[in-house]
Amino acid sequence: MAAGPAPSGGRSREQMPHLSKMERVVVSMQDPDHGVNMRSQRLLITVVPHAVTGNDIMEWLIHKYCISEEEALHLGTLLLRHGYLYPLQDPGSLVLRPDETLYRFQVRTIYLAKKNIRKHGALADHEKEHHGQLHRKINHMWDLVVMQAREQLRAAKQRRKGDRLVVACQEQTYWLVHRPPPGVPSVLEQAPERGSCTARRVLMTKNADFYKREIECCRRALGRTRVKSSVSLEAYLKFSNQHRPHDPIMSGCLPSNPWITDDDTYWAMNAPRVAEPTQLRVERWAFSFQELLQDPVGRAHFMDFLRKEFSAENLSFWEACKELRHGGQAQVPALVDAVYQQFLAPGAARWVNIDSQTMERTLEGLRRPHRYVLDAAQLHIYMLMKKDSYPRFLKSDMYKALLAEAVIPPETKRRVFPFMWKPRRSSPSPALLPASASGDCAAAPGGPGGGPGEA
Amino acid sequence: MCDQTFLVNVFGSCDKCFKQRALRPVFKKSQQLSYCSICAEIMATDGLHENETLASLKSEAESLKGKLEEERAKLHDVELHQVAERVEALGQFVMKTRRTLKGHGNKVLCMDWCKDKRRIVSSSQDGKVIVWDSFTTNKEHAVTMPCTWVMACAYAPSGCAIACGGLDNKCSVYPLTFDKNENMAAKKKSVAMHTNYLSACSFTNSDMQILTASGDGTCALWDVESGQLLQSFHGHGADVLCLDLAPSETGNTFVSGGCDKKAMVWDMRSGQCVQAFETHESDINSVRYYPSGDAFASGSDDATCRLYDLRADREVAIYSKESIIFGASSVDFSLSGRLLFAGYNDYTINVWDVLKGSRVSILFGHENRVSTLRVSPDGTAFCSGSWDHTLRVWA
Repeated sequence: MAAGPAPSGGRSREQMPHLSKMERVVVSMQDPDHGVNMRSQRLLITVVPHAVTGNDIMEWLIHKYCISEEEALHLGTLLLRHGYLYPLQDPGSLVLRPDETLYRFQVRTIYLAKKNIRKHGALADHEKEHHGQLHRKINHMWDLVVMQAREQLRAAKQRRKGDRLVVACQEQTYWLVHRPPPGVPSVLEQAPERGSCTARRVLMTKNADFYKREIECCRRALGRTRVKSSVSLEAYLKFSNQHRPHDPIMSGCLPSNPWITDDDTYWAMNAPRVAEPTQLRVERWAFSFQELLQDPVGRAHFMDFLRKEFSAENLSFWEACKELRHGGQAQVPALVDAVYQQFLAPGAARWVNIDSQTMERTLEGLRRPHRYVLDAAQLHIYMLMKKDSYPRFLKSDMYKALLAEAVIPPETKRRVFPFMWKPRRSSPSPALLPASASGDCAAAPGGPGGGPGEA
Repeated sequence: MCDQTFLVNVFGSCDKCFKQRALRPVFKKSQQLSYCSICAEIMATDGLHENETLASLKSEAESLKGKLEEERAKLHDVELHQVAERVEALGQFVMKTRRTLKGHGNKVLCMDWCKDKRRIVSSSQDGKVIVWDSFTTNKEHAVTMPCTWVMACAYAPSGCAIACGGLDNKCSVYPLTFDKNENMAAKKKSVAMHTNYLSACSFTNSDMQILTASGDGTCALWDVESGQLLQSFHGHGADVLCLDLAPSETGNTFVSGGCDKKAMVWDMRSGQCVQAFETHESDINSVRYYPSGDAFASGSDDATCRLYDLRADREVAIYSKESIIFGASSVDFSLSGRLLFAGYNDYTINVWDVLKGSRVSILFGHENRVSTLRVSPDGTAFCSGSWDHTLRVWA
């Protein structure tokens, strides 16, 4: 029988790269010079040739791949479960045992060699080719393999006890792999078929359109401005460094991570619209304009600041454009009109100062309103705020005061004794909350709008 | 001269010439038709100008791709791990399962977090879609879809609705209701229609628009209220398996990955492909943007995860290890982008140091493939869903 699971569900072996990788592992495990220690093992009174102990397999894996014991155990068990190894004792269990338990390799070549010998070379064409290929690839093992095959055939003829045991174990493993008992996951299960570009299955006809699109895409890509690697990679270092204290998984969070201590105070203190933001949160507003705008509390303070500078209409305009872009299709004409009346029309109540070229283009586009018609104007105002108002905000007394007043929560450790653990508080589902007037949460169509739940 | 091989399994009346012939499936725009081999060949050469053949177009495309690679290589002056030598190595990482969500009777295929940082929606092979408060592990809503293999699900930004779909080729939106007299399935809204399975879906910045990816090789943007198709994205040569929206306020882009081993970045407004990357050796199962939006990571059946930089326009890191043989099904970044969590088909989760390229930790626990993995919106934990019917929250 061939080693390894037969692919089911129509996926060919090329589409399952993990199988060929496993085969390579197993082949290198059987390398006479660098493979696992193979010897004749004594199993009670029977001598089984070319067997390996679980221990030896583990050690080889740990050494070859520089992995931990746990990982080696896991990998060895996977090889077992897929049928590349079979146990000589306790064949019902497909878990690798890191002890003196004996295993043997299922090698596909044995099957082919057997067939070759039995029929004296009468293999089918593809099998012959495969046979020849395998011969070329692992000819250092060939003698060993032929020897094993001869011995298996002889055993079948003579039915020696040791060999019967081996054959029985092989068969049992085969069935464990292909028909696992209830409750055991089958390694052969596949997800629904996927089309793929590899030979024999093509879903799309690759017609002229497809190639023309590819050519267009490449031409556009060639025209892109690119940045030097050294420049763009530096940006990752800077970003990771800057955000590291704000990453709960890397740096923990105060008062504590709710998932670890079962205390959800962290969420209460960092709710979207909390009166007293934490220090880390206020610090983040200085990282980028986007961070400031994304935070409802930050945006609200920024709006206050802009009011003092008499340029609050810029932010309101930007919010209105966002609402248009992400709103429902049916609302587009009404929203465009509302924005025009409020912000762009000559003499409008909250007129925004856009450069004449952009204004001209926008007014032109307003004749046939669509959701992206205000994109140019929105970008202009965004850049205006980013380059002008935002830096002033960061230097302002208002921001400095916010930083100074910001809360640093005290740390709470996980209570050690079970009877002191807090019960996990539930929170109201966002789907229950009444609609709140907010710029950043759009309401579900026809249903109650609402911000995310606040504990 | 056509570059196609086919699988004939239907005999009937051709959709074009109406003659009784052996038919093969053919895609025109997003519609699936059945053409006989003659009409299919004619269709393939449709749109060719004089002096053009499919072969010449194909070779032009190949040579342009080659030129593009050359241009990209010119500006590549340093590797990421070299730049990262200055960075401190990460210490030992201890992450444990803090919650186990049991309740699905079959393989969990997809999950998504709610913006409230504790609720999640998950979908499974038997058609069940469940909304949990994963902090208390209580189930809050459950709906059974009329199809199996619900491969995609998403939580609306407002927290008031969920979207899901799979082998039904559709994406449906369910408003969440606590009204005991109302059946959730009654208010279901069918939004997207594809010609093959739905592999991924995501709301854009509001509840009103949904972006979908499908086995028919296209992505599409839909208006939820009317079900109208706002934009479709053609360019993948095979099934699209995943997508992710860019975290940018000003931009309008998203990235998708597919069975054609390509990751493509799209402009939502024009429907055009902005950048494409083809370095993986097998299907791309998952794509996720780096938190700054300047890069994205991908996980593939070739057992590697890769990082692609959008400004340098190239692949900048490969996360792989010889002992990792099985494909990566799902990837996500920690909040600072320093860690990449990847779930694999060998039941494990590997944690990678994004900058140094080394593996920080391997997490065991699931008893079957990890099919989906997302970091929570505030980065306090991540949730993994598996074919072992459970979801686990790790912190």
